[in-house]
Amino acid sequence: MRMVLLLVLLGGSGSTLHAGEAQPLAENPATEKRLLAISAELRCLVCQNESLAGSHAELANDLRREIRTLIEDGRSDDEIMEFMVSRYGDFVRYRPPLKGTTLVLWFGPGLLFILGLAGLLRYLRRRDKAITDAPLSAEEHRRAEALLHDNDSRQGRS
Amino acid sequence: MNRFLWPLIGFVVLVVLLGVGLTLNPRDVPSPLVGKPAPAFSLPRLHAPDEQFSPRDMLGKVWLLNVWASWCVSCRQEHPLLVELAKRHSAPLVGLNYKEVRGDGAIDMDKVPADQEKGMVIERAGAWLSQHGDPYTLSALDIDGRVGIDYGVYGVPETYIIDKAGIIRMKHTGPITPDALSSTILPLITELSK
Repeated sequence: MRMVLLLVLLGGSGSTLHAGEAQPLAENPATEKRLLAISAELRCLVCQNESLAGSHAELANDLRREIRTLIEDGRSDDEIMEFMVSRYGDFVRYRPPLKGTTLVLWFGPGLLFILGLAGLLRYLRRRDKAITDAPLSAEEHRRAEALLHDNDSRQGRS
Repeated sequence: MNRFLWPLIGFVVLVVLLGVGLTLNPRDVPSPLVGKPAPAFSLPRLHAPDEQFSPRDMLGKVWLLNVWASWCVSCRQEHPLLVELAKRHSAPLVGLNYKEVRGDGAIDMDKVPADQEKGMVIERAGAWLSQHGDPYTLSALDIDGRVGIDYGVYGVPETYIIDKAGIIRMKHTGPITPDALSSTILPLITELSK
């Protein structure tokens, strides 16, 4: 019984996985390979966190068809990228080009990291200075000795 | 006190940034087409399917191109505003009926014969306009969505304002709100019409 259940579960998950993949449509494997490579670089604008390759949205289907036609027309990858960007903007690319408006996007995280690192170093150095070794005076030595001795004798009693 | 000052400043900055982030609309992607000529096309007209409409026909006029479909729920939301806008006669409003049949998730395209799609489009789009009112000077039929791709359409409804020289001056993605109409769209039409 358990075996049957397991098989059903496995079978079920297997078919969902299959349904989750975008359907390849054309017959030419070379075209399909290029289509996949290009569309993995492009964002689906309907479901913005999916790539064009992985999206099920209606528009993604249309755009994949469009790219396939462009590939079969013999256009280069750059030309196809340009086709998409001229219609949907830089946002359609997962790796936006380096320019004025995208500087913060490209260097912001690194800059924040460096700032954080500098802050941490400064803090550590300051703390280092604040902690100074103060040797015990003779009086303090005696008190420490006494406390230790006291502790030992108490432990001995119990 | 000083110990808490910098973390507090950091926290406040973060809250402000996140707060601003909440007010932004991630759907509002800037269109690269603004400032460029409206892409050319030639499509059949809804009420005169044997005639073609092309953006060239509108040269010399400030006009609006509104992308719509009967299956589009948000279009219903903005439609009364469009009807009102049309009554003012401030600028001609051209409809681009986008994938009327094949864009409707409820229709199984495998069951629609290719030669019947256009007829279905005309019937459905016409019925929707007679039910909700027709604000359009005319509607062009983008049956397969190919023209939509040239205009960078990714979420219906979308509205383009095009000037006398045929240059796209503004794109509004999503339903037009009364606020957007009075604060940006109408002033821009007035300015471009001068």
